[in-house]
Amino acid sequence: MPDPEKTPTSAPVPAPRDAVPPEAIKAVPVRHYGRWVSAVGVLVLLGLLVQAFAGADIRWEVVGDHLTYDTVLRGAWETLWITLLSMLIGVVLGMLLAVMRLSSNPVLSSVAWGYIWFFRGTPVLVQLYLWFNLSLIFEVLNVGFYKDEMNQVITSFVAALLGLGLNEAAYMAEIGRAGILSVDPGQTEAAHALGMNSAKTTRRIVLPQAMRVIIPPTGNEFINMLKTSSLVSAISHEELFLASTNVSSRNLAVMEMLIVATVWYLILTTVFSIGQYYLERHYSKGSGRGLPPTPLQRIRAQLTSFRTRSQVGGERI
Amino acid sequence: MSGHPMVKSEQVHKSFGPIEVLKGIDLEVRAGEVFCIVGPSGSGKSTFLRCINHLEKINAGRLYVDGHLVGYRQRGNKLYEMREREVATQRRDIGMVFQRFNLFPHMTAAENVMEAPVQVKGLRRAEARERAERLLARVGLADRVDSYPSQLSGGQQQRVAIARALAMEPKLMLFDEPTSALDPELVGEVLDVMRALAEDGMTMIVVTHEMGFAREVGDSLVFMDGGVVVESGHPREVLANPRHERTKAFLSKVL
Repeated sequence: MPDPEKTPTSAPVPAPRDAVPPEAIKAVPVRHYGRWVSAVGVLVLLGLLVQAFAGADIRWEVVGDHLTYDTVLRGAWETLWITLLSMLIGVVLGMLLAVMRLSSNPVLSSVAWGYIWFFRGTPVLVQLYLWFNLSLIFEVLNVGFYKDEMNQVITSFVAALLGLGLNEAAYMAEIGRAGILSVDPGQTEAAHALGMNSAKTTRRIVLPQAMRVIIPPTGNEFINMLKTSSLVSAISHEELFLASTNVSSRNLAVMEMLIVATVWYLILTTVFSIGQYYLERHYSKGSGRGLPPTPLQRIRAQLTSFRTRSQVGGERI
Repeated sequence: MSGHPMVKSEQVHKSFGPIEVLKGIDLEVRAGEVFCIVGPSGSGKSTFLRCINHLEKINAGRLYVDGHLVGYRQRGNKLYEMREREVATQRRDIGMVFQRFNLFPHMTAAENVMEAPVQVKGLRRAEARERAERLLARVGLADRVDSYPSQLSGGQQQRVAIARALAMEPKLMLFDEPTSALDPELVGEVLDVMRALAEDGMTMIVVTHEMGFAREVGDSLVFMDGGVVVESGHPREVLANPRHERTKAFLSKVL
């Protein structure tokens, strides 16, 4: 082992290959007593919680039976549809508003600003009621080529989509704007210098990069929307929540049916979270020096690493 | 080195709000020439370069590239602003290399080079790919064709950027301090590519702090300060015997 005291001036000389390697450090690790205490405390609390629920008067067989009950399934399906369609409205309209807001045309940008101001400034429950009761002030919908009674047009489903979707657009507009602004202006300049026009620059260069910033909060919005859609029960559209409570008003299993609804909401949000994970991976192309493995790849690596144990703890896992 | 004038600047003025950055630039760049612009930061040299491909609009004067007004059409003695599509068409023939590379980070090196030929010129992907591979080989990156910019060093990124500009087969290349953002040991590889390009007869306007490159490769040199051309001539002449006080002061700091 070279003497560490000497040669402060000359460049450090690497130790010869056959030199005895320095002894590995065997130190007594720091004991984290606090970690142990807090872990035990949390486990005890969890145990108490489980015990309490085990002793509670819950008829679990009712929960099990109703998880796949017709009305509940139809409700869950309705929730999924309302979420997907309102988010579609929200994303498309939101991106349009984001571009309008960033436009150099003062009329477009102020209209977008006003839209966001209104829809973000009022509760979505109030907006749902406003849409649902539109027929009170406009009896007939007349857009020239199409004419019908407002009552016929604004069903509870349409009111739900309008209420949730238009409200969502206001939030998506801000997310989209943040995403577009996050892209370095040098990217636009480089594209323009190559002779690309604005439309192509936006589509090929700016938006793909903005997506990296846009997707995580959009996934968040999706999951929020799944839960917010339960407000639609207020205008008596039978989605998951209303379906569950409707069943409980017949079988009087109030808590059991709420648990059923809870389980379904968790299933739906979990599925969405997984989808978001893979979408984010897709748009992170080129951002890092290599993507982290997916859970599937990780499991495969685990399985193969049983054979090559020396890899475990290395960079494989 | 006595081609026709590729760039002609007559009394070009440019202001950002109340600040006048260019105060009447007169110069001429001949086809096939390597034209170096040096000067302290804030002297307007980058702004002038950006005016040449209309990334900035000039406020007064006339700027011609290959005999055509940049960004405007003249009918009689009235000027008409060009539409976006016409400006884009003009820019196709002018390649630009930026100080900060500005590669598209979500595309591989080859995709960066292919993008404009495919999207702007409508080249078929296979053909564009072939051209991209050829150009990347020419800048010494044949083995990094499928790397993303984040996987490349600064010098490699700048060479990809040069290949990307060359893919449009420009008749003029603009270099905006192409080595200023690079670690010192990476400057050489970029200058080598530029030198080879100059030897192939490309018309180049280079804003640079690399006086060695200007002296060796440059055909003409202007020294800018405070938005005006202070001194111009052959690089060896200007760098060795600056006549103007401001040039002398600047060169004494950088040489």
